[in-house]
Amino acid sequence: MQWEVVIGLEIHTQLATQSKIFSGSATTFGSEPNTQASLVDLGMPGVLPVLNQEAVRMACMFGLAIDAEIGPRNVFARKNYFYPDLPKGYQISQMDLPIVGKGHLDIALEDGTIKRVGVTRAHLEEDAGKSLHEDFNGATGIDLNRAGTPLLEIVSEPDMRSAKEAVAYVKAIHALVRYLGICDGNMAEGSLRCDCNVSIRPKGQVEFGTRCEIKNVNSFRFIERAINSEIQRQIDLIEDGGKVVQETRLYDPNKDETRSMRSKEEANDYRYFPDPDLLPVVIEPAFLESVRASLPELPTQKVKRFQSQYALSAYDANVLASSREQAEYFEKVVSIGGDAKLAANWVMVELGSLLNKLGLEIDQSPVSAEQLGGMLLRISDNTISGKIAKVVFEKMAAGEGSADQIIEAEGLKQVTDSGAIEKVLDEVLAANAEQVEQYRAADEAKRGKMFGFFVGQAMKASKGKANPGQVNQLLKAKLEG
Amino acid sequence: MALQRSDVEKIAHLARLGLNDSELPRITDALNSILGLVDQMQAVDTTGIEPLAHPLETTQRLRPDQVTESNQRDRYQAIAPMTENGLYLVPKVID
Amino acid sequence: MHQLSLAEIARGLADKSFSSQELTGALLSRIKQLDPQLNSFITVTEQQALDQARAADARRAAGENGALLGAPIAHKDLFCTNGVRTSCGSKMLDTFTAPYDATVVAKLAEAGMVTLGKTNMDEFAMGSANESSHYGAVKNPWNLEHVPGGSSGGSAAAVAARLLPVATGTDTGGSIRQPAALTNLTGLKPTYGRVSRWGMIAYASSLDQGGPMARTAEDCALLLQGMAGFDAKDSTCVDEPVPDYSASLGASLQGLRIGLPKEYFGAGLDPRIADLVHASVKELEKLGAVVKEISLPNMQHAIPAYYVIAPAEASSNLSRFDGVRFGHRCADPKDLTDLYERSRGEGFGVEVQRRIMVGAYALSAGYYDAYYLQAQKIRRLIKNDFMAAFHDVDVILGPTTPNPAWKLGSKVSDPVAAYLEDVYTITANLAGLPGLSMPAGFVDGLPVGVQLLAPYFQEGRLLNVAHQYQQVTDWHTRAPNGF
Repeated sequence: MQWEVVIGLEIHTQLATQSKIFSGSATTFGSEPNTQASLVDLGMPGVLPVLNQEAVRMACMFGLAIDAEIGPRNVFARKNYFYPDLPKGYQISQMDLPIVGKGHLDIALEDGTIKRVGVTRAHLEEDAGKSLHEDFNGATGIDLNRAGTPLLEIVSEPDMRSAKEAVAYVKAIHALVRYLGICDGNMAEGSLRCDCNVSIRPKGQVEFGTRCEIKNVNSFRFIERAINSEIQRQIDLIEDGGKVVQETRLYDPNKDETRSMRSKEEANDYRYFPDPDLLPVVIEPAFLESVRASLPELPTQKVKRFQSQYALSAYDANVLASSREQAEYFEKVVSIGGDAKLAANWVMVELGSLLNKLGLEIDQSPVSAEQLGGMLLRISDNTISGKIAKVVFEKMAAGEGSADQIIEAEGLKQVTDSGAIEKVLDEVLAANAEQVEQYRAADEAKRGKMFGFFVGQAMKASKGKANPGQVNQLLKAKLEG
Repeated sequence: MALQRSDVEKIAHLARLGLNDSELPRITDALNSILGLVDQMQAVDTTGIEPLAHPLETTQRLRPDQVTESNQRDRYQAIAPMTENGLYLVPKVID
Repeated sequence: MHQLSLAEIARGLADKSFSSQELTGALLSRIKQLDPQLNSFITVTEQQALDQARAADARRAAGENGALLGAPIAHKDLFCTNGVRTSCGSKMLDTFTAPYDATVVAKLAEAGMVTLGKTNMDEFAMGSANESSHYGAVKNPWNLEHVPGGSSGGSAAAVAARLLPVATGTDTGGSIRQPAALTNLTGLKPTYGRVSRWGMIAYASSLDQGGPMARTAEDCALLLQGMAGFDAKDSTCVDEPVPDYSASLGASLQGLRIGLPKEYFGAGLDPRIADLVHASVKELEKLGAVVKEISLPNMQHAIPAYYVIAPAEASSNLSRFDGVRFGHRCADPKDLTDLYERSRGEGFGVEVQRRIMVGAYALSAGYYDAYYLQAQKIRRLIKNDFMAAFHDVDVILGPTTPNPAWKLGSKVSDPVAAYLEDVYTITANLAGLPGLSMPAGFVDGLPVGVQLLAPYFQEGRLLNVAHQYQQVTDWHTRAPNGF
């Protein structure tokens, strides 16, 4: 049986406000337990919530960035359930009238195509606290520092058809919220968390299969693995004659499998109703226009500009614009080095693999954009060849200075003096007289291959420094002249 | 339709209220008589009427994004039934 | 000294006839002597009161001269008081020492009022007889075998018994006006949003409103002046200027248009109360008011709608009492569910449990539209009735309650019978309107109240009408025997 995979995602992004969504507590990560839990965050008797303006502004920025309609009148509702990390016994969220309505996001797939993913809605809500399961004599400890941190929950349409597409979508959301400056995107600290709804159906079937929700996956790698293992579980289950049961599951990265969550087994009846402590939030058109005016260049706009301004392919433009930091790095390299295509290749290939190897982000790169741009300048003006450039790049990465300093110190400057190159060529031809004879006797087809041999010898003799173009040109003249 | 004992048990669990078995018949009767009163509402024609959630139909005021709270953990935990190392303690939670 | 009104106390303190410390001492000993009969206080804050009185006297000696400076007050025990137990009349909060002050408490303390203690109330403000308190029923000083009304029954009994001149109350379905009526007090429920709810432990958030309880309209005006005003900590608190309530007390009632809703005088109303209400109307006509019959056709639906909305909000508001961060926690919970179910099962009394369950049911999947949404639609119909009525009249007048205070224990087993006692008061909460109850006579030696309702933010008008009425009647000056 051919199976089609259907994936929809709910992404929780912590908004980068100074204070919490309904209280004046700080949102700093990693403080001592319960030192950032105020009366409101603790759900003390008699306390009341007041909405943080910045959380509203950030949600509007996101909505505008995905071309969504902003709810002109949005309403907070209470989602009622008991859990120790939920101090009031209800979460303040949005149900019927969310702040952000239907929108969409374009994502770049690995085959170079662009796919449009629908966003159903995005709503504001408060984060819960944390349960610490280390043993306190058989008890669980509750830290409410995180309780009340503003979240924007972004709900996608079930538009993804593979784990890879799902990851590409999460990456695109991740990039977008960082572009907008509304979330730090730190997945290790839980700033961006993902619930994955996964189902399968026979290829060609229109109805969706029964879905399972994998809760709280917090890295790109785990999202891909969790979804793939869940897909496999569902396929195995169905092919063995079983049935998928709608449930909430948890991904265990150590075992690379998902398991049913006991605590969520009970069917919940959340009893949503409008929060009587909060009034409807009205988004005035003038406010929305001021938010629109404050939007930075968005990834999709940047991709278009990179294509037209730098003549990059859609795929290259998408990769480079995938993070604000990478796009800024690239543009700085171009501004110094000049050649955009060359810059794109170096940033994506050489720099990319270096950072990958070191496990660093681009803003932690040991080679600065200024250094890389300076080196590309030396490729363009023929001071060094592309091959030597790799040597220079490695030395820059090792902290040996700018390209110019390294070229000077190591004597890597390309030889472009025709006299000097001719001298080397004469020596090479003299040392290989037999091959020269064979070359001259050979027909055009065979000569091509043999020519390469002489170039190789010449480059070797010049320790790679001879200008390859000049070598070619002069060698041809000498052999055939 | 009147609530049965099993309905009441379900609602009590939803609201996390531990009721004694001996209280159940009495509370079931009381709930049924309250719902009998409430059900008079069903006769009212409210077609086309917008629900009213707040008496004053005003809009939400927004607060500037400023940190105004400081650490008061010791004070707030002084009234807590059970804490350790700054954490509130509950019986072991299983995910 | 205990017979003095708040206004008289203000004058006495201003002209140094007595000090706040003298007054405070006298009232504290009166509470000690008489309250055992009434059970109107849950906590008496004697030492704190004496300290506050000393501080108030010092402020006055330093030249300060506010109307409330050094005057005594007691707070219904659902206003959070920093460092003092705030029980809400519940075992759940028997050990709860609030770590902060409610805005109302802070404002009145700032104005120099001396807090004598915390008054008894129906558990979590759910009740109209003050019989559901964990701390026992409150007795009506007019007849110790009768209820004082509720849920602000402790405040009502204490002020009626001259233990102090004024107290705060809260009103969700009549909890200021009804006990005021049943104990011969003047009590005002302000417009929703007029008084901050910060620190007022919530029963039903969209209906709750704090207000003054006193023996005279003049005292209500003084106390409301100290309570009302914008508070940035309460999103539902309205940023409207607070008028000078005392200044408008003397305005003439000439030409005042009073509406009598015919629905308020139908079946269920004790005819003796109807007579007293009509007599009060006559007095007001003598003062120049013109009277007109009006109709509030949806009034009959108010009780069913209220008993969905209030329990629904309550079921959610009371979820925070889970035995984790404050309040009652059961002994040795075996797991999380056990912790929740036993802490809440033990901590909440039976009426609170009933309302939580009604609310949870009304909001649950499959019932939301038929109950909660339908109730909110009826709520709009009721508001619309009032808006239409206030086109033609300035105030609406009727009985506060259908019956005088009933005997302790007589309605405990029948919750619905008790709910029906709120029939005249509930509509003002659903619509958010201000309402006032004032003394209007006696039936079998038990007080009867007349209720006045006005458009939004016209508390000044209500106080004006009541004050003018109190200039030509003496019901409000009568004191219960033995107090």
